[in-house]
Amino acid sequence: MNKNLGWKLIAIIAVLLFFVIGIFGIPKEWSGKGLMASLGDRIHLGLDLKGGTHLILQVQVNDAVNVDSDNAVERIKADAKARKINYASITKPDPVATPDKIVVTGVPTESASDFRSFISDRLPEYDINSAPNNSWVITMKPQSLADLKGRAVQQAIETIRNRIDSLGVSEPTIQEHGLGDYQILVQLPGVDDPERVKEIMQSTAMLEIKQAMGGPYPTRDAALQDHGGVLPPDAELLPTKSSGDNGPQWYLISRAAAVTGRDLRGADSSRDENGAPAVQFNLTGEGGRKFAAFTGSHVGDNLAVILDHKVQEVAVIKDQIHDTGIINGRFTDQETKDLSMVLRSGALPAGIKYLEERTVGPSLGADSIKAGVQAAVIGMAAVLIFMLIYYRAAGINADIALILNLIILLGFLGFSGATLTLPGIAGVILTVGMGVDSNVLIFERIREELRAGKTPPSAVQQGFAHAWITIVDTHVTTIVSAIILFIFGTGPVRGFAVTLSFGLFANLFTAVFVSRVIFDWILSRKQRGEALSI
Amino acid sequence: MEFFRDANIDFLGKKWYFLAFSLVFSIAGIASMLFWHGIPLGVDFRGGTLVYVKFSHTPNDNAIRAAMDKVGLHNPRIQDYGEPGRNEVLIDLPVQETNEQALDQGKLQIINALQSNVVPGKEDFNNASLLTIANYLNQKDPLHLSTDSAQKYPDIAKALIDYRNKTKGGVIASLDELKAVADPAVVSSLNDGFYLSDYGVYQVEIVGPQVGKQLQTQAKLAVVYSLLGMLVYLAFRFELIYGIAAVITVFHDTLITVGFFSLTNKPISLTVIAAILTLVGYSNNDTIVVFDRIRENLKLMRRESLADVVNRSINQTLSRTILTAGLTFLTVLALYLFGGEVLHGFSFALVIGILIGTYSSIAIAAPILVAYQEWRSKKGKGSGTLGGSKLAANEAKSIKSGRTTQVPSKVSAGR
Repeated sequence: MNKNLGWKLIAIIAVLLFFVIGIFGIPKEWSGKGLMASLGDRIHLGLDLKGGTHLILQVQVNDAVNVDSDNAVERIKADAKARKINYASITKPDPVATPDKIVVTGVPTESASDFRSFISDRLPEYDINSAPNNSWVITMKPQSLADLKGRAVQQAIETIRNRIDSLGVSEPTIQEHGLGDYQILVQLPGVDDPERVKEIMQSTAMLEIKQAMGGPYPTRDAALQDHGGVLPPDAELLPTKSSGDNGPQWYLISRAAAVTGRDLRGADSSRDENGAPAVQFNLTGEGGRKFAAFTGSHVGDNLAVILDHKVQEVAVIKDQIHDTGIINGRFTDQETKDLSMVLRSGALPAGIKYLEERTVGPSLGADSIKAGVQAAVIGMAAVLIFMLIYYRAAGINADIALILNLIILLGFLGFSGATLTLPGIAGVILTVGMGVDSNVLIFERIREELRAGKTPPSAVQQGFAHAWITIVDTHVTTIVSAIILFIFGTGPVRGFAVTLSFGLFANLFTAVFVSRVIFDWILSRKQRGEALSI
Repeated sequence: MEFFRDANIDFLGKKWYFLAFSLVFSIAGIASMLFWHGIPLGVDFRGGTLVYVKFSHTPNDNAIRAAMDKVGLHNPRIQDYGEPGRNEVLIDLPVQETNEQALDQGKLQIINALQSNVVPGKEDFNNASLLTIANYLNQKDPLHLSTDSAQKYPDIAKALIDYRNKTKGGVIASLDELKAVADPAVVSSLNDGFYLSDYGVYQVEIVGPQVGKQLQTQAKLAVVYSLLGMLVYLAFRFELIYGIAAVITVFHDTLITVGFFSLTNKPISLTVIAAILTLVGYSNNDTIVVFDRIRENLKLMRRESLADVVNRSINQTLSRTILTAGLTFLTVLALYLFGGEVLHGFSFALVIGILIGTYSSIAIAAPILVAYQEWRSKKGKGSGTLGGSKLAANEAKSIKSGRTTQVPSKVSAGR
């Protein structure tokens, strides 16, 4: 029995040491300052405690779908021409709500089967269905659509990470967020003025070079009037950047792009022939070939450089262009630097929209830590003192268990790299309050058994045995709540769920095992029949 | 020391008083939700823009309102925030003025409206970021460091910002104050590029309508799932009726807690929901302790009526119930009093919830069991059902797995 007890004590001390290392690590310096420094290294503070910016943004995945289906339209046109299949029109009826839907009308009955087979051949990601009056509806397969959207989100995360890294923000978090609404969570510790970061993240830098088919027009209406109110189906109206008091001008631009940002190999800030800031880009081999083919066949036509759906520049194609070009358009030096940086980091596959923005200034974070720690110390002290008064010697037992509980909880935070948030600190405080529940349950039961006339060893035995099931039940219910909180919660709230549930797990060990060992140790030193202080 | 030794209170006899008490609070809460304050939602759920501003002087709400009006923000809620004397103000724009397309437009408008002492061509030091100041110093190079300036100036900028934020709480009144932490040459260079407004923005929360709705749905789901989780667990551990009684009890606690938020018109934020979910678990603790004892006593006291067994069980666990509730309450009270403004709603929910949760495990959960029992016997299905076969079977199981009474006594006999 005594030997057994010795082993248990050693086990407890080993666990204690293990988690103390979890809290402090192995400090470089054995002084108060050194300990605090390594504590700061190991316990990661949440944004609400150290200050920073928290953003939730949504990838406009329909942009990516539209790009894909626009390309599909172009391919259908080219192939139909090559196979001599006639059709009356090919349109996307609603690019906003159903960006993947393409409608082809007026396909002669005799070419129907030919048409169907070449679509399913050439566009394996699309389904084709017949509709009344010789028309066909082509939509993307649900699986391909979901894949495309998922890829757009992943690509956006990569691109945003590249851009933020190049800004030198330390330890940013960039990850998918929420339950499938194409949302991304971005956390930027130490950034309490997010304007510039947001601008750089947000610029889709969707670069497209397209044919300009008409313009400039002073207003959108003027452009529409010029075409009798109906635009050619393969063209759209795009504005220029507005400058000063003048509103934007409008151009009629073809929907299909000659080259896009994906064909870029590099970009750099530079100067145009008049010495104004400009961005020079060069194209990949494949992109260069596409661009050469396009410019070769469109000499004399107008070419538009489009950035994020705004016309930057329109120029006449004087000669075939191969693989370098220049973008100008009233930039400042800083703007050309930023633009070439985002072009290099890769274009966002789709636009992004901000859904949520929170910033916490560093002074508020520091105040929160102070208040949280103060509340924790006062709450804990109140509980420890009360237990001493109410249970006397057994109170020491409970207090040791509680302190050990706290050490294990903090050590776990150190080891797991979980983040400590302000609600997380509240979770630590609550763990103290709820953890002491187990001790009270056991002690009250031991008192009852003693009153019923049992000897101290048997009362302790019975007390622990009876209380055990109840303790498991109460812990399970709280941990179930905490797990649900973790699943549905975000950021600070998750920190709370983590500390609370781990604190309660640790409590099973401290209140039941450690307390029991201490009781056994006290009992082993007592004479038979001596009373237990409880 | 011991409270409630040999307590013998007839709790079930007072069930009508309890019912009246619960009804008064529930109905007051529901009435307030329906006809008075509604359910006051925090910015997390309703969406909107909150900008927390600290002034260098006592803020004048009317002047702020007038400034907002000038930039076209007509309905901001302006509220003094935090401890008095810290000159902190919360400016709250409703979600209607939060633009879907440009989420931070409201924030920028507020900042524009508040600007004072503007010097054209200079920047406001009280709202300048670390990056801006470091860049500025790098360009001006007041210490003529030339070569290692790229390393030194960010550190100097950090010291300046820390002084502003940590020592001065966010706003300074004169750039000369910075001489405490920086070389006079740096300060005089700052004087060329910066002016001082009378405020600093120290926290911003902007939630678009879409996220707000999503969070509302999630919060509701989370509460429903945790109630269901409790029901399933208790039905599995005890009997379905115990689970139902516990869930009704917890629902009662949640309702009254939310009612208190409505009555006092305190906004319900994400952390408040976290507190409520915690209460769902915590309030069940007390209920389970009482139920456990009822189950144990049903086996020991086969001849007595269920009401007597329940009464006795409540009295036996009373000391523990009051004690642990009191201790948890102590910690939560510390949180409420000293935990700071950010956690105010969270700790308020816990303070109310723990009081109600403890009361209800005695006053609501157990009487439901007895009422169910009486209803069953009136229907003539016999009286023994609650303590009957299924419970006995449960006990048998636990004895076999060695977790209750009998086994440990065998062990001690063996020693």
